[in-house]
Amino acid sequence: MSGLLNYLILLLAAAFFSPHLIKKGGKAAPWLLGLVSAGGFGYLLSYAKFIAAGNTLNYTIEWLPELYLNFTLYLDGLSLFFGLLVTGMGALVLVFSGKYMEPYPLKHRFFFLMLLFEFAMLALVLSGNLFTMFIFWELTSVSSFLLIGFNHEKPEARNAALQALLITFAGGLAMMAGFIMLGQMAGTLEINQLLQSGYLIRSHPHYLPALLLILAGAFTKSAQFPFHFWLPGAMQAPSPVSAFLHSATMVKAGIYLIARLSPVMGGTPEWRYILTITGAITMLLGAYFAFSQTDFKKVLAYTTISALGTMVLMLGIDTDISVKAAIIFLLVHALYKGALFMVAGLIDKSVGSRDLRKLGGLYRVMPKTAIAAIISLLSMAGLPPMIGFIGKELIYEAKFAMPDIGNILLVAGVVTNVFMVAISLALIFNLFLVPLKYPGKKPKPPALALRIGPLLLAALSLIFGLFPAQVAQLLLKPAIIAIHPSIDTLKLALWHGFNEVLLVSFITVVAGIAFFLLYRNINAALTRFNSNVLHFKFVSAFNRGLDLFIKLTKKKTSFIQSGYQRYYLMAIFLMTAGLAWYQLIYTWQSWGTFVRPGMLEVILVMILVSATLFAVTVKSRLAAILSLGVAGYSIALIFIIYGAIDLAITMLLVETLVLVLFMVVVYHLPKFSNLSSEASRFRDAIIALLVGGFMTGLVIKSLQLDLSPKISEFYTENALALAFGKNVVNVILVDFRALDTLGEITVLAIAAIGVVALLKLKTRKGSAT
Amino acid sequence: MEILLAIVVGLLYAAGVYLLLRRSIVKLILGIMFFSHATNLLIFVVGGLHKGQPQYTANGIAAVANPTDPLPQALILTAIVIGFGITAFFLALMYRFYQTTGTEDLDDMTEGENL
Repeated sequence: MSGLLNYLILLLAAAFFSPHLIKKGGKAAPWLLGLVSAGGFGYLLSYAKFIAAGNTLNYTIEWLPELYLNFTLYLDGLSLFFGLLVTGMGALVLVFSGKYMEPYPLKHRFFFLMLLFEFAMLALVLSGNLFTMFIFWELTSVSSFLLIGFNHEKPEARNAALQALLITFAGGLAMMAGFIMLGQMAGTLEINQLLQSGYLIRSHPHYLPALLLILAGAFTKSAQFPFHFWLPGAMQAPSPVSAFLHSATMVKAGIYLIARLSPVMGGTPEWRYILTITGAITMLLGAYFAFSQTDFKKVLAYTTISALGTMVLMLGIDTDISVKAAIIFLLVHALYKGALFMVAGLIDKSVGSRDLRKLGGLYRVMPKTAIAAIISLLSMAGLPPMIGFIGKELIYEAKFAMPDIGNILLVAGVVTNVFMVAISLALIFNLFLVPLKYPGKKPKPPALALRIGPLLLAALSLIFGLFPAQVAQLLLKPAIIAIHPSIDTLKLALWHGFNEVLLVSFITVVAGIAFFLLYRNINAALTRFNSNVLHFKFVSAFNRGLDLFIKLTKKKTSFIQSGYQRYYLMAIFLMTAGLAWYQLIYTWQSWGTFVRPGMLEVILVMILVSATLFAVTVKSRLAAILSLGVAGYSIALIFIIYGAIDLAITMLLVETLVLVLFMVVVYHLPKFSNLSSEASRFRDAIIALLVGGFMTGLVIKSLQLDLSPKISEFYTENALALAFGKNVVNVILVDFRALDTLGEITVLAIAAIGVVALLKLKTRKGSAT
Repeated sequence: MEILLAIVVGLLYAAGVYLLLRRSIVKLILGIMFFSHATNLLIFVVGGLHKGQPQYTANGIAAVANPTDPLPQALILTAIVIGFGITAFFLALMYRFYQTTGTEDLDDMTEGENL
C-alpha cells in the first residue's frame, strides 16, 4: 500500500522537476512526463484484480488521532476507478500539451501546474480520511485557479479564474464544516470506518445540516445549478486544461464525493430530493444553453455541465440500476469529452479559430482526427455501437424504475438527450462534412502528439461499446459495489432486446435528427428567446454581489478603523464594561460586611477623592499634576495604615520623582486647552463612570472569595529558614521571585534608554529642539 | 472600610478613563498615571486589609497575629516601579511629540491615515 504513497511522492517530485525538464529536455520532455503518469496508470491497474476480488487497502499515518486527523490512503473499487481516470487522462493530456503549448514562453510553469494538479487529484481520490481529502480538494481548486488564469495578461482569464476560485473555495469551506460535523457524529473521519456507521449518521439530528454543507462543496466543484456558471468561464484556460480539469477529472471530484458518501449519507428522502432536483435542473439547463453557443469549447462546457447534472441525478435516485448508470456514464463522458476538448484545442491550433460559424469541412484536412471526433460525438449522442449508447440506455432504465417522480425525470432526460443528439449531429456535419471553410491560411494536418489522445479515447469509446463485458467486470463492478455493496451482477451489452427503453431511445434519436434538420431556425429562435426573456446573467449577478460585498466591507472597515485613538479606546471600554456589568449583575451576591472605618481613614479617603476630582477638572496643568501627587501620597498613607511599609516608602519616593520630572518638562509642554465639546465630555464621563462602577463591583465581589490556603503561607514559613530574611515582602522580591525583579529592572533600563534616545535624538527637519 | 476603598478604586479608574478619552496628550499621561494608582490600590484591597500589621517573620511563623498577605505587596511594589518607568518614558515621548509636531491634539495624528 505504501507503494501508492511512493507513487504520489514521485508525482509531486516530477511536478517540481518538470520546469527544468521542459526547459532543457526539448521535444522528448512531455513524452517523459506522460510516461510518469502512464506508469501510475499501469501501477494502479496492477491492483485491479486484487480489488475486483473484493479486497480493499488502507494505509494510515497518524497525525492527530484525537481530532480524527490522519493521513490515510484508501483503495477500493471507486478510488481505483477514479485513480485510473486521473492517471490515464493525465498521460494523454500531458503528451498533447507538449505540442499544444510549444509556442508559449511560460510552458514550463504550465507543466508544473498540470502535474501538481494531477498529484492533488490522485491524492484526493485515494484519500481515506475526509480531512486528507479536504486538503487535496483545496489544492485542486488552487491549481485550477492558476491554470484558468494561465493567460494572465487577458483580463477575462483573470476574472474567470478568480470567479472559479471564490466559488469552489466557498463550497470547500462549507464542505469542511460538514466534514467536522460528520466527524462529531461518527467519532471518526476515516472513510473505511465511516462506511460502517451510516445508520448512526443518517439518524443523527445534525444529519441534514451536515448533508447540506457537504453537498455545497460537491455542487460548487461539480458546477451544479446555481453554481454552474464558473465552468464556461473556465474555458479561458488552454485547451489541455479544459480536457483534463474541467471535463474529465476535477469537476468530477464532486461526483466522487457524492458517490463516496452515498453509503454513509445516502438513501434518505432529503438526499434523494436534493440530488435529483439539482441534478435534473443542471442537466436540462446545460443541454439547453449548449445548443445556442457558437464557441466550440463553450458548447462542450455546457454539455459537460449537463453531463455532471445527469450523474448527480443518477446518484440521487440511488437505486442499483441508477448507480450503475452513474458510473458507466462517468466513464462514457470522460472518454468522449476528453477527446472532444483535445480536438477543440487541435482545431484551434491548426485552423486558428473555435468559432463554429467560421469552420467547416475539416475532414478533408485532418481525416483521422475527424474520425476520432465523429466517434466521440456519436458516443455523446448516445448512438450505437459506442459505449455512450449503453450509458444512455441505463440512464433511461433507471428513470423508468424510479417510483414517484420518474416520469418527470424521464421527460427531462429525453429533452436533454434530444438536445445532445442535435448538438452532436450539428457538430459532425458543420465541422467536418460540409464543404471546407476556414478563416485565415490553409490549415495543416495536426502533429502526432496532438492526435494520439483523441484517437486513443475515441477507440476506447468504440471498443468498450462493442466489448463492454471485460471492463465491466474488472473496473466498473468494483466501483459500483463500493457505492452499493448489495449489487452482485453487472451485465452490459449493446443489445437489450425490444423494450420500452429502446423505444424511448428511438424517439430521442428521431427527435434529435428533426431538431438538427431545423438547427438554423431553432438556433435563431432560441438566441432571440434567450436575449429577450432570459435576461438573468449568473456571471454579472455574481460580480454585482462581489462588488456589493467589497463596498460593505469598506464601509464597515472605515467605520471601525476610524483612525482616532479615543474611539478605539471607547470601543474597548464599552465592550469590557458591558460584559463585566452583565456578569456582575448576573452573579451578584452581597455587599459583604461593612466595617466602620476610623476617622483617619475617612479623612485620607476624602483627600484622595477631592484630589482626584480636582485633577480631572482643573484648568491649570500645574494644579493637575500637583493634585495627582496629592492622590499618590494619600495612597501611600493608606498603605502605611494597613501595614505595607515597603509599599509606602516606594510609593513616596516614586511620587516625588514623578513630580520632579513633571516639573522639569512642564514648561516645555502646551497649556491645557479645551479641545472637546460639552456633549462629548458628558459622554466620556458616563463611560468613565461605567468602567469605574464595575471595577468597584469587582473589588467587592473578589473580597468575598476565600483564597485559603494562600501561596504566601509558604513564603512566610520559609522566609527565614531558606532565605534568611525577616521582612517577607523583601524576601519575596529579592529571593523567591527574584526573576520578576530582574524583569522589572530590565523594564526600567529599557525605559531609561528610551528616554535618553528620545531626548538626544535630533529632528531631521530641524524643527525647534 | 473595604467598601469605601472599593469605591475609591472605581473613582480612580473612572478618572483614568475620562482622561484617556481626552484629545490632549498631557491629559492622556495623567490618565495613565491614574490607571496605575487605581491598579495598585485594587490589588492591595483585594489582597485583604489588616490594620497596622507589617509582614515580619521569626522562626518560620508570622511575628504578629493575623498579618497582611505579603504576596500582593510584592506584586504592587514591582508594579509601582514599572509604572514609574512607563511614566518617565511617556513624559519623554510626549515632550518629543510636542517638539516635533507643535500640537498637543491627538486627533491631528490621524491626518493621512484615514481609510
